[in-house]
Amino acid sequence: MLRVTGLTKSYRSASEDVAVLRGVDLAVGASESVALTGESGSGKSTLLHLIAGLDAADGGEIRLADTVVSALNDAGRAELRRDRLGLVFQQFNLIPSLTVADNLVFQSRIAGRHDEAWHDELVERLGLKTLLRRYPEQLSGGQQQRVAIGRALAPKPLLLLADEPTGNLDEDTADEVLALARDLVTRTGCGFLMVTHSARLAATLDRQVNLHAGVIA
Amino acid sequence: MKRVLWILAVLLSHWRRHPMQLATLLIGLISATALWSGVQALNQQARNAYDRAAATFGGSRTAMLVGQDAATSPQKLFVDLRRAGWPVSPMLEGRIQIDGRGVRLLGIEPVTLPSEVGNAPAVGRGDLLAFVTPPGEMLVAPETLRDLGLKEGARPEANGMTLPPLRVQGELTPGVLVVDIGIAQQILKLPGQVSRLLVGKSKAPRAALESVAGEKLRLVEPNAESDLERLTDSFHLNLTAFGLLSFFVGLFIVNSAIGLAFEQRLPMLRTLRACGVSARLLNTVLVLELVSLALVAGLIGLVCGYFIAAALLPDVAASLRGLYGAQIPGQLSLKPIWWLAGIAISILGALAAAAASLTKAIRMPVLTTAQPQAWQQAQRRWLMFQSAAALAVFAMAAGLIRFGDSLIAGFAVLAALMLGAALILPMVLQIALAFGQRSARKPVGIWFWADSRQQLSGLSLALMALLLALAVNVGVGTMVGSFNRTFLVWLDGRLASDVYINAASDAQATEIKAWLRERREVEAILPGGRADSQLGGAPIEVLGLPDHATYRDNWPLLESAANAWVRLRPGDTCFVSEQLARRMKLAVGDHIDVPAPGGNWPLEIVGIYADYGNPKGQIAVNYAALTRRFPQTPLTRMGLRVAPDNIAPLIAALQQQFGLDDRNVADQATMKTESKRIFNRTFSVTSALNAFTLGVAGIALLTSLLTLANSRLPQLAPLWAIGLTRRRLAALELLKTMAVALITALFALPLGLLVAWCLLAIVNVKAFGWRLPFHVFPLQLIELLAVALLAALCAAALPVARLARMQPASLIRIFVNER
Amino acid sequence: MHRIKPTALSASRALTRRAFAGGAAALALGGKALAQGFAGLGETAEGFAQVTPGKAFAFPADHGPHPEFRIEWWYVTANLSDASGATYGAQWTLFRQAMKPGAAVEGWANQQVWMGHAAVTSATTHRFSETFARGGIGQANVEPAPFQAWIDAWQLRGLDGFDAQRVAPLELTAAGADFGYALRLDAGHPLVLQGDRGYSRKSDRGQASYYYSQPFFRAAGRLVIEGKPVDVSGRAWLDREWSSQPLAADQTGWDWFSLHLPGDEKLMLYRLRQKDGRENLFGNWITPDGRSAEITAGGNSIAPLAITEIGGRKLPTSWRVTLPARGLAIETTPLNPTSWMGTSFPYWEGPIRFSGSHAGIGYLELTGY
Repeated sequence: MLRVTGLTKSYRSASEDVAVLRGVDLAVGASESVALTGESGSGKSTLLHLIAGLDAADGGEIRLADTVVSALNDAGRAELRRDRLGLVFQQFNLIPSLTVADNLVFQSRIAGRHDEAWHDELVERLGLKTLLRRYPEQLSGGQQQRVAIGRALAPKPLLLLADEPTGNLDEDTADEVLALARDLVTRTGCGFLMVTHSARLAATLDRQVNLHAGVIA
Repeated sequence: MKRVLWILAVLLSHWRRHPMQLATLLIGLISATALWSGVQALNQQARNAYDRAAATFGGSRTAMLVGQDAATSPQKLFVDLRRAGWPVSPMLEGRIQIDGRGVRLLGIEPVTLPSEVGNAPAVGRGDLLAFVTPPGEMLVAPETLRDLGLKEGARPEANGMTLPPLRVQGELTPGVLVVDIGIAQQILKLPGQVSRLLVGKSKAPRAALESVAGEKLRLVEPNAESDLERLTDSFHLNLTAFGLLSFFVGLFIVNSAIGLAFEQRLPMLRTLRACGVSARLLNTVLVLELVSLALVAGLIGLVCGYFIAAALLPDVAASLRGLYGAQIPGQLSLKPIWWLAGIAISILGALAAAAASLTKAIRMPVLTTAQPQAWQQAQRRWLMFQSAAALAVFAMAAGLIRFGDSLIAGFAVLAALMLGAALILPMVLQIALAFGQRSARKPVGIWFWADSRQQLSGLSLALMALLLALAVNVGVGTMVGSFNRTFLVWLDGRLASDVYINAASDAQATEIKAWLRERREVEAILPGGRADSQLGGAPIEVLGLPDHATYRDNWPLLESAANAWVRLRPGDTCFVSEQLARRMKLAVGDHIDVPAPGGNWPLEIVGIYADYGNPKGQIAVNYAALTRRFPQTPLTRMGLRVAPDNIAPLIAALQQQFGLDDRNVADQATMKTESKRIFNRTFSVTSALNAFTLGVAGIALLTSLLTLANSRLPQLAPLWAIGLTRRRLAALELLKTMAVALITALFALPLGLLVAWCLLAIVNVKAFGWRLPFHVFPLQLIELLAVALLAALCAAALPVARLARMQPASLIRIFVNER
Repeated sequence: MHRIKPTALSASRALTRRAFAGGAAALALGGKALAQGFAGLGETAEGFAQVTPGKAFAFPADHGPHPEFRIEWWYVTANLSDASGATYGAQWTLFRQAMKPGAAVEGWANQQVWMGHAAVTSATTHRFSETFARGGIGQANVEPAPFQAWIDAWQLRGLDGFDAQRVAPLELTAAGADFGYALRLDAGHPLVLQGDRGYSRKSDRGQASYYYSQPFFRAAGRLVIEGKPVDVSGRAWLDREWSSQPLAADQTGWDWFSLHLPGDEKLMLYRLRQKDGRENLFGNWITPDGRSAEITAGGNSIAPLAITEIGGRKLPTSWRVTLPARGLAIETTPLNPTSWMGTSFPYWEGPIRFSGSHAGIGYLELTGY
């Protein structure tokens, strides 16, 4: 479903071009969960951002189902994110002025893909029922990340992308949140690509891919 | 659409969580819109009135023929011109007194009145007969009828005859009575005379003017701008300037509120983008949000503006009447365009104030590349740029002072001065703070100054607003003060008699004089008289001064030839008023020819006197000479010299004996009080707007400080961590704000005095024709300084109090959350 | 129009031309102002002199104004042609209206109001202008001797050798924004009394006027249309009429002809229309030697042939005229069907041609449409 071939990306720093990705090939199938690991600066976040369409690649191709992500313009990439991707970041990225309930629905609402039954199920499974009227600042880190996962999955995306989703959480909470995420991914049948530096967490996913010096090792 | 609404709802949710911010934004927009549109409403109201006056029976909108050098021309010229193909209509104008109240009497000829002369009275069909045949009818505006205290159909007396019955004509300009020309000729005792001939637009062939009228008449082309508009331009410019100032100060608030809101919403915007909202859509919705807020604020602002205008209208009307004799109806009536313009200005203002934030949003990358702001370098570049701009603006002001010669130029100088000062303010503050930093010894002291400098860029807009408001306050205060002081001295000289009488008729005046001569307490009877003539195509008043020590000793002359009063006696010399001298570039020693009924009256100028508050040019001549040259001059006015103790009994006796009321007989003190009251009202609008502006500047300062307070926590947290108490920190913050406010206020004082000088030496001279001596009022300056510091204190108090009470946890979180 | 709509003016405006056709038309139009004006007129007819049969006319005195009567006019129409044979019409009218009865007062208090109309018509254009004046100050007036009628720069003036019986020779001038004319009028015959020796009956209920004409003018002079001068010559017709009594309230309008017949015979003919559809035909047949006889009843008729629509009004600008007793059966066509006088009180007035039993030229006036 997700197929990345020969992806390259370099950043211009003060004096020279730094090649972050040097020809990455990667595939994630439907219902497959893949952990992307690598040391700091190996380019895993960059790869994730390129797949999410948050940035444009220099070369190679990203294909999501029948869409060539790398060929889209900014508006097209925005549409892709809105309708087919779910994104979860390390810093929970909830909208502080919206309640949990509003945070949960807003991506599916703007995508026009709101499904009441699925929404109820998400609330149920994520255990957010009693928290719906709260604001993000009134939640614990784990709770916030559960809301973020819920928001990302609400539009039933093809692919859930997560960048160190448990980076700010303690180990127990991290396990619990990740377990929830895996469950839901299985339930929706979407693909799941998670960037993590934790080998322990990576091991809980279907497959592990290691990025080293800009290529998949 | 639904998507747009959802995004809009998300954006708006921010305000729900930050109601203070929303309030600030709305207050800024509302005050900007309210003051601006309030002032516009006043201007519009006045302009409508001028239009009405100008359109009424050939104001300056109509071409006309006027006497080359006589106030009136023989009616035969009218007939001759008609018979030579000229589409002219005669008009006779004069002033009459009804119950001691002066009104303009206009004689028109309804049958030939050009159709283009809009607003003419629709002498209702059957009414032509009633209007033109004896006793005729006297058309009057409802306002004027009320002022006269008369009922429709009443027949007041004037000039020794019974006037035609009054008939109300709604669209008539106030202060004018309109009768048929034949009747006007009788009332004004000018049989067979016309003041001017209105020229219709008919294109039929006509003979050359000279071949019909010789050199007797002169064609005056129509003027798109009415006389009143020209005269009152300064006043409206003044109002507009204040409106604009308040508007910009309001926009400072909007700018800081939007800037803060935008900073706080950056993560939200990024999340929205990450969740698939395209940049274009997001920007569209951001603009949409702003426009909606501006719409709401604009509507509220308009309503406030309406009330401001309604509240100020009586004073504006009084000012315009006092200064220019312009009649403005007291009822506010607004055109739809005013509402639309108000909303538009609110939206445009909001967009302008948000321009920087919106541009930032458009350029915002989805991924944060957290780069520490090289604020110091950026600030230096920005300071240099602003200072260069300020210098350019100052150069422009200097050029305008040197080469400009109009009212607009005068205001341009003022605007340039203020703009330049505002632009250079950050540099001034920077230098002052750098100086402070250099002289500081202790680390906290150094930090105090250095941190103040860093705060500058965030505060400078608000400080500029404060600077402008203060400078304008100093300027206007100084001008009004100078005016007041000069006026009082002048009034003492002008109102030298102890009792003033205005008899109902010449006959009564004679009786009163005879009666007064018998009274021993009356030390002198000083007759006064006034005639109308023209000079250089503009109407002037000719004032008769009796040859008496009262005048010689008290009448204030600005300039005079030797023995001016002695030379005035024979009747071949005159004094001219300052504004007339300025307008016609007359000096002592010049000669003028004044049209009088018996032919031109050649006069040498032997003095120039101040005549504050008079829209018309005036000359003063010997009273006896005046009555010889203008035999029609009413002899009804006189002043009396009476010992103070005898004033009240004499007035009572006069009132009883001759049935005079308060309008016809008054003592000096009453006249002075009345004059001062009128004069004070003239400036009450200015003072009110002044106060508004200062208030708005205070709000601007408050919002800027609130904005800064949040972003400043990271800077304060380390200090707290190294051992400064919150209380100490708060005190330091307060001190810092007060320090920059004080520097700003100190800078505002000289600027304000410069503004006052501009107002007195440039604007007033152009606008009114008189120049006032410049007085500085130190007490007033100190007072304003205190007000400025108080405003800063109030503005700083809230954020500082918050800081002092802040939970340590909040400060700790700074370290955790700092990216 | 124009600023004021005083009774007097609406009245005099309404009273275009001979008779009170205009007045009736005003009623027909139902214009509130005019109707009011006429109501007023009805009331104040009292106090004015009355028209009675058997008046002895005296000239030049009767060329001058009769302020004791309510209304009066001096009315000239001319049929002209230039060297190339192109034809033109010219109209010059001065109306006088007394706002109230009583001896004339000098100065602004004078109760007379004057109105002037002038027009030039060609096959392709029709230009007109109007002006108003108050009496008593010299802007407009008529002096019988030496004869001079004027309003503003427009005038009708006796020239050297003026003969009061012939009302000739005369100089006629007027100019508007885009036209003007100056004509000299000469006549070899004395003037002609219309109706019954100058008493012209307008209805069966006593409405009447004093009416005389000079239909024998030869005209020569110059027209100016849009700055282009044309030398012209032709015939002209003067009508003089005064009265105090308005039309009967049910009379709605007026179709009036002045015709130059072959052999220097003249025909003045008018039809008064009534609300109920009835109509009255009046007229005088004038022989070349100046004898005038009223048309006698008996099969006389006039009927519209063609309608011209101008600004929503339907105007019969072509006519069939039949006077069996005189052996006259003609059809008239206008020189310019759009000879519309869009003045304060509008009407149609323009030169016509006719053919049939007789052929010639003349003028037509239509009011109350």
